[in-house]
Amino acid sequence: MTDLAAPSRLRRPRRPVPRTGRAGVAVAAVVLAGAVAACLLAPVLWPLDQSAVELGAIRLAPSGEHPAGTDDLGRDVLHRSLYGLRISLLVGAIAALVATVIGGCVGAVAGTVGGWVDRALMRVVDTIAALPHLLLGIFVVAMLRPSLGAVILSIGLTHWLSTARIVRSELLSLRTRPFIDAAISGGASRARVLTRHLLPHVLPRLALATTLMVPHAVWHETALSFLGLGLPPHLASLGNMINDGQRSLLTGAWWASLTPGLVLIVVTLALATLTGRWRDRLDPRVRAELNL
Amino acid sequence: MTAAGPVRGARRSRRLAGAGAVIRRRLLVAVPVLAATSAGMFALGAASPIDPAQQYAGAAAFTTSEENLAQIRANWGVDDPLPVQYARWVGNLLQGDLGWSTSRHEPVTAVLAARAGWTLLLVGAALVLVLLASLLLGTLAAYRRGGWFDRALRASAYAVQSMPVFWLGLAAIAVFALSLGWLPAGGLTDITTTGTDPADVARHLILPVTVLALSQAPWFVLFIRDAVADSLRDDHVLAARARGLPGRTVLFGHALRTALLPFLTLVGTHLPELVGGAVLVETVFSLPGLGAVTVQAALGSDFPLLAATTLATTVVVLTANLLTDLGYAAADPRVRLDD
Repeated sequence: MTDLAAPSRLRRPRRPVPRTGRAGVAVAAVVLAGAVAACLLAPVLWPLDQSAVELGAIRLAPSGEHPAGTDDLGRDVLHRSLYGLRISLLVGAIAALVATVIGGCVGAVAGTVGGWVDRALMRVVDTIAALPHLLLGIFVVAMLRPSLGAVILSIGLTHWLSTARIVRSELLSLRTRPFIDAAISGGASRARVLTRHLLPHVLPRLALATTLMVPHAVWHETALSFLGLGLPPHLASLGNMINDGQRSLLTGAWWASLTPGLVLIVVTLALATLTGRWRDRLDPRVRAELNL
Repeated sequence: MTAAGPVRGARRSRRLAGAGAVIRRRLLVAVPVLAATSAGMFALGAASPIDPAQQYAGAAAFTTSEENLAQIRANWGVDDPLPVQYARWVGNLLQGDLGWSTSRHEPVTAVLAARAGWTLLLVGAALVLVLLASLLLGTLAAYRRGGWFDRALRASAYAVQSMPVFWLGLAAIAVFALSLGWLPAGGLTDITTTGTDPADVARHLILPVTVLALSQAPWFVLFIRDAVADSLRDDHVLAARARGLPGRTVLFGHALRTALLPFLTLVGTHLPELVGGAVLVETVFSLPGLGAVTVQAALGSDFPLLAATTLATTVVVLTANLLTDLGYAAADPRVRLDD
């Protein structure tokens, strides 16, 4: 306990990750592949008019024609859930990329420059990590007015912290390795060392960090949309649909929120299972810690 | 034996000897951090495309003359250079004037005073519930790890973890309020009552508190389970077993006790998530707390109120983190603050 000013980083307990067997991973892979295929093929096989309303079919219970029922504007819940998943995954992936770029740059600067720049940047990271990021995200969206870009920026600005930490600590440990010394004494420039020797070693972890972030980003987007602060209300997004379903719920139409929620749960669970497995493979130490 | 009391007391006070220095050092960090946070928020607010004068005028903005709007702008100084505006805003904050909420048409201080209590009650009750439940369930699961209880608990923890808290809330309303009719679906009191009767409020809070606690439970349960399972293999636990102490004493008195230390930090780092959950739960159950008001402020682009709730939460969370670290030092004799 020499530096108590930053104990939260030193002692932060590792969060438990799902431990699943082979069968669980296979199921997750199938679910995810199916979901991605459905998202890609949906516009071809089953096009949706986002603004179409059918007032003759309001709040129909699940039946053969509408397997998941219809909502309070007569729109098919299953059909819109599929498109909601599509946009949620897209927003989640783009936002995770934005966050990775921000975090990667901050982490690279902290890890290569070092000194007080490193300390200052890491203090900023610690502090933002200690804040409720939903609240920060709400603030960002409110000030930029709810829109697709604002949602992506809101997620990107609040989710880059773990990436910055990962990149920085990787760079710090790589810097002391002999092959870096060899490259420098061989006359390689700073930029060459960074791009040719350091970056390739960081990339696998960076890719993992981005993928691990996608479920979080999807969640964040859904939460913002649910609060009415996310995507435009007529767009079929999972959060918007659950929000719409809240109105129907009080009139007894429980199915309007059920399917979008289930789709969200199943897909994020599958995504988390797969990335958890990947993380275990990449980091045997973590695996040993968790193998009880 | 008679000397044990004073000696122990002295040791404890020595353990917290460096507390003052730690608090000073943290404040030294917290002030620039708060300044940077507020500056960042102010910059975002200034970049927002909303004209505060038109916002203030509301529907009247369409009929008000351009001179009147210009007069409002001049009165508020919203056309001054940004650093001047920022300095004025921070100066007002420091004097306790948090500004005028444009979405609720009352002083921000009044909004905070009226709402903060309900949020604290919700978050506090949920925290107590989730702590008690996760300590008990996690420890029991660790005792027979790999058994049916352990496996069932872990499976449900992963399932709950992937459920958005607002969806859980809606599901709870659908089942317990609408289908079964056991509990009210939302609000803080019955519509027919005028005051806030504690029993009525408690009945209205059962569902929100349980949903919030349940949504946060997986982290806590899984962590306690892993930590206790680890400490069950520690030497002192084996020694306690070897001495023939009853299983319950070993489990709760020895294994859980050592596992509790890192748990303290987890509670501190988890507080922001609890606050985020409270925002969503308050919205689902239409509770009149700070979270719901923040969402309304965000929908109305109400900068003063949003900035105040965000900054207030920041201060509360930073303070809570400091307290957790001090608590850690107080609880663990190996940690010394003055080293």
